[in-house]
Amino acid sequence: MENQDIEEIRQAVRQLCSNYSEDYWLGLDRTGGYPTDFVKELTTSGFLTVLIPEEYGGAGLGLREACVVMEEVCRSGAHAGACHAQMYVMGSVLRHGSDYQKKTYLPKIAAGELRLQSFGVTEPTTGTDTTSLKTVAKKEGDEYVINGQKVWISRIEHSDLMVLLARTTPQSEVSKKTDGLSAFLIDVQAANGNGLTIQPIESMINHHSCELFFDDLRIPADNLLGEEGKGFRVILDGMNAERILIAAECIGDGRYFVDKASAYATNRIVFKRPIGQNQGVQFPIARSYTQVEAAALMVDKAVDLFDAGEPCGAEANIAKLLASEASWQAGDVCMQTHGGFAFAKEYHIERKFRETRLYQIAPISTNLILSFVGEHVLKMPRSY
Amino acid sequence: MKVLVTAKRVVDYNVSIRVLSDNSGVDLNNVKMSVNPFDEIAIEEAVRLKEAGKVEEVIVVSIGTSACGEQIRTALALGADRGILVETEEDMQPLAIAKVFKALIEKEQPKMVILGKQAIDGDNGQTGQMVAALSGLAQATFASEVVVNDDDTATVTREVDGGLEVISVKLPAIITTDLRLNEPRYASLPNIMKAKKKPVDTYSPEDLGVDVTPRVKTLKVTPPAERAAGIIVETVEELVDKLKNEAKVIS
Repeated sequence: MENQDIEEIRQAVRQLCSNYSEDYWLGLDRTGGYPTDFVKELTTSGFLTVLIPEEYGGAGLGLREACVVMEEVCRSGAHAGACHAQMYVMGSVLRHGSDYQKKTYLPKIAAGELRLQSFGVTEPTTGTDTTSLKTVAKKEGDEYVINGQKVWISRIEHSDLMVLLARTTPQSEVSKKTDGLSAFLIDVQAANGNGLTIQPIESMINHHSCELFFDDLRIPADNLLGEEGKGFRVILDGMNAERILIAAECIGDGRYFVDKASAYATNRIVFKRPIGQNQGVQFPIARSYTQVEAAALMVDKAVDLFDAGEPCGAEANIAKLLASEASWQAGDVCMQTHGGFAFAKEYHIERKFRETRLYQIAPISTNLILSFVGEHVLKMPRSY
Repeated sequence: MKVLVTAKRVVDYNVSIRVLSDNSGVDLNNVKMSVNPFDEIAIEEAVRLKEAGKVEEVIVVSIGTSACGEQIRTALALGADRGILVETEEDMQPLAIAKVFKALIEKEQPKMVILGKQAIDGDNGQTGQMVAALSGLAQATFASEVVVNDDDTATVTREVDGGLEVISVKLPAIITTDLRLNEPRYASLPNIMKAKKKPVDTYSPEDLGVDVTPRVKTLKVTPPAERAAGIIVETVEELVDKLKNEAKVIS
């Protein structure tokens, strides 16, 4: 039995989510709308402040509790992509921000007054090859001037602040390629139209992703996050938490699909008996269940290590890989179980199917995880 | 003023229950347990009265094994101020529970006791009435609206068979909740955290001087009969004939 805190949080989030039906999410999917009221309720009831320490107005809990929130959001038929970043992007400020930055921003993030849910790292010509990114920030007096381009920056139109990674020293002038990058806090509302142009990308799922163009955007030098030239660390430190949370979302999706598939297989009568009575229908669902549960164990392991402050890079990556594949498998089986009805939008399966597909690509693709495991866990030669 | 509310530990309403093979009861092993939904309504009502400034303290009571502490915690997270656990391994029946409440009423002197009108496990629907009778207090059962007045009375709308009945009761009074009284909230994260720091007192029935020996013996528990398959009739005449002569529902 889970400890009681976890159970209480699970129940509360489940009840909160039940106020937002699947039709609500379908409606937003159709119009590309943002679930403003849902995110607001999740914020004001405290569930996005899990990881913010109590001294800054958060709950001061661990990743375990954060994972339960995200899992339940996904399990309810929602898509956590609209809000999960508010939970962990603030980690950059918490771990690397100055005292002033922490005291200024964290309480407002905890209260929901400031939305910090965008990470500006990926660029059109440098995807996972982060250190080759081309956006530059040049210091001029007490300002930085930013030029360049970013892509797949989610929720930027629904954020007050973003964390941006840009090069402050050319790659040719640093000894380590991870040096010379710096992280900045950008006031999105102030920047928009004043050197920052935001262009939404029409995409397969309702994820509010955008392309950003920086053209002489001037920001106060105080907005540097951490040390100049050490920004790669700022980004890297948040990655394990992000991967584990995403894995928990996959578990939520996986359980959503298994629940839906088994219920439908039990109730749908064809040839005068439930289709789930046929092993050809039943076994794939049972197998999906075993895969989701196995992946959930790996997520548990990664969470335990993370919350204990132990290294967990391998476990976080493995959990994300297994969970994203398990949720995808479960989604596929759920579609097959529903037959033609799976294609009817009102059954919601095709929407969740599209949404859960993302997790094998973002925030890191399966192949990159396999490279990581091959190189860092199994000590084989680096493949890229 | 103080209010006592209940938080009975019952099998969660989402669980499909299974009768034990020896027909002695329902299988409770590894089954998710929750607060009785009617008690959740009672807790919600008390918390709302507190938020409206009518009530100073909400005390939640659960009676049973130490595991009932979980239901008390849930109620504390929903806004109750402190908890009382009356711990016993005994099978607690309505009369015994009512006696425990009588003792707690004498101890705490609440102005109101709000209970669920029934619990979804035994469906007895008699504890509130017994508490009122044993304590000699007014009762307003099946409440769908509760208004606390300034003159030490409460106006309660009751859901009765024919419709709604509005009565006035003198406080202290016993109130039992019906489904439409309110919609219980979920606990916010800060309140879940605060609940852990709220005090919970534990007593045994002996501490309260109550004899909780069961008076009712359960002979047999069986699942409801499976519904038999229907038949398709060929003609209207055949249907009328069967309704008349077989089912005997028309004459």
